[in-house]
Amino acid sequence: MTMKAGTNLEKVLESGAFAVTAEAGPAKGAVTSVIERKGEMLKPCCDAVNVTDNQSAVVRMSSWSSCVLLKRLGLDPVMQIVVRDRNRLAIQSDVLGAVAMGIQNILCLSGDHQAIGNHPDAKGVYDIDSIQLIQMLKGMRDEKKFQCGEEISGEVPIFIGAAANPFAAPFEYRVLRLAKKVKAGADFIQTQAIFDVAKFAKWMEMVRDRGLDKQTHILAGLVPIKSVGMARYMKDYVSGVYVPDEVVTRLEGAKNAKEEGIKICLETIEQLKEIQGVHGIHIMAVAWEEMVPHIVEQAKLLPRPVV
Amino acid sequence: MIITAQKPLEEILNSLSPYNSILIAGCDGCTQPPRGLKEANILAQLLGLAGKQRGKSFKFKVITVPKQCDSFLAATSLKPEIEGIDAILSLGCGVGVQTITEVLPDLIVLPAQNALFIGGENREEDVLLERCAACGDCLLEYTGGICPIARCAKHLLNGPCGGSQDGKCEVSPDRPCAWQQIIERLSKMGRLDKLEEIKPPRNWNLNLAQRKSQG
Ligand code: SF4
Repeated sequence: MTMKAGTNLEKVLESGAFAVTAEAGPAKGAVTSVIERKGEMLKPCCDAVNVTDNQSAVVRMSSWSSCVLLKRLGLDPVMQIVVRDRNRLAIQSDVLGAVAMGIQNILCLSGDHQAIGNHPDAKGVYDIDSIQLIQMLKGMRDEKKFQCGEEISGEVPIFIGAAANPFAAPFEYRVLRLAKKVKAGADFIQTQAIFDVAKFAKWMEMVRDRGLDKQTHILAGLVPIKSVGMARYMKDYVSGVYVPDEVVTRLEGAKNAKEEGIKICLETIEQLKEIQGVHGIHIMAVAWEEMVPHIVEQAKLLPRPVV
Repeated sequence: MIITAQKPLEEILNSLSPYNSILIAGCDGCTQPPRGLKEANILAQLLGLAGKQRGKSFKFKVITVPKQCDSFLAATSLKPEIEGIDAILSLGCGVGVQTITEVLPDLIVLPAQNALFIGGENREEDVLLERCAACGDCLLEYTGGICPIARCAKHLLNGPCGGSQDGKCEVSPDRPCAWQQIIERLSKMGRLDKLEEIKPPRNWNLNLAQRKSQG
């Protein structure tokens, strides 16, 4: 079959294998070693690695340049783009530059509002929204046109991703929103962290009812929890994440919270593998990337397919 | 109407400090929060006291204008009062300050208010709420009468972001998520289908084209 971009991630997903991706946060500085160290660690256990774009509205090295560093190490990067900081001109020119450097997986996001980050007085851009971003990228790829309608010279082969939050309110509307992202052109979806598998399964059922799992690849999101404090913090303060009380209680009762956190993560993966329409997992081990190889190994997802 | 809040007294005093004879002009155009004759008089008293503490005595004259944003009304109300005046302190919004600047180009006009938003008054709850962004392309038909440009922190056109939680916006627990409200409203009307349509990127420069209204 003809590939949209022919990235490793696309090939793995098209082969029907259960994909594994992970997230790597770039450096809070200009050093290359931070992202490179994470890249070396993740390379053997992931099909692609996402690089966040000023995540939580906190300034870091750009996703774009960190992706170039990962690409040099032989990884398949997923460049995240948020619509908070750049308008349609800046985004399109960054996309052209990224493709030129071999970065062809792009994840489209709204981005956390600047008011909750480290430059709360900044002007938010929000020229386009995440769905319009997906559509714009699809137009660049399939019609070879900029958003304004002008021709682009040459191909822009990209594999377009989007996020989905199965837990954000209002629940009933969430599938409609996914449908909209798929209609706009999302080739793959990475979900928000899943702690409530039952609720996620219900969402997936609604997704299947609409046949959306056949039109896009859904990767289920995971965040391994390091401590009780982290669980509480995510529950109360991290926008869009839903941590049920049972998870907090379970960690509180555990002798070793770290081990328990990994155990929860592994149990979740086993359950996710059983849900029809889930094509892989996306591990967001915030400041705990070194655990990812262990998790993937324990989940019996090694070695990664060579496609 | 245009909702404003009075600037800190210190800031007003600093801006007045080079002048002695000041005309304080209220505005009766937008009524909430009130900034007419009564408020102009109170401000004159406060500034008089605060000025004295700094060893400065201002000479204030107080009036109000039916609508500072109307150049005719601003000119006819203010022109007879400006004999010997060094500066006008306006209790109007930014439109009022600029209209007076235009009709009385030889005078200094200073703002006493910060204009906050175009909003309405909810009398039951006694609050003033932002309601319109004057964007030039009204969407209220599509969104069930709730404006996502003015009321969603990210001005999203195609539905809520992932940060919407328990009806609140990710920006603050005091801020309702506009998209949650839109969805509730549309589902009540049986019109959630409206949201399946993808709204294209909008033209943010419509207000440039529409600067001159023939009215
Ligand atoms: S939480 Fe709701 S109001 Fe706040 S930015 Fe997201 S969609 Fe807009």
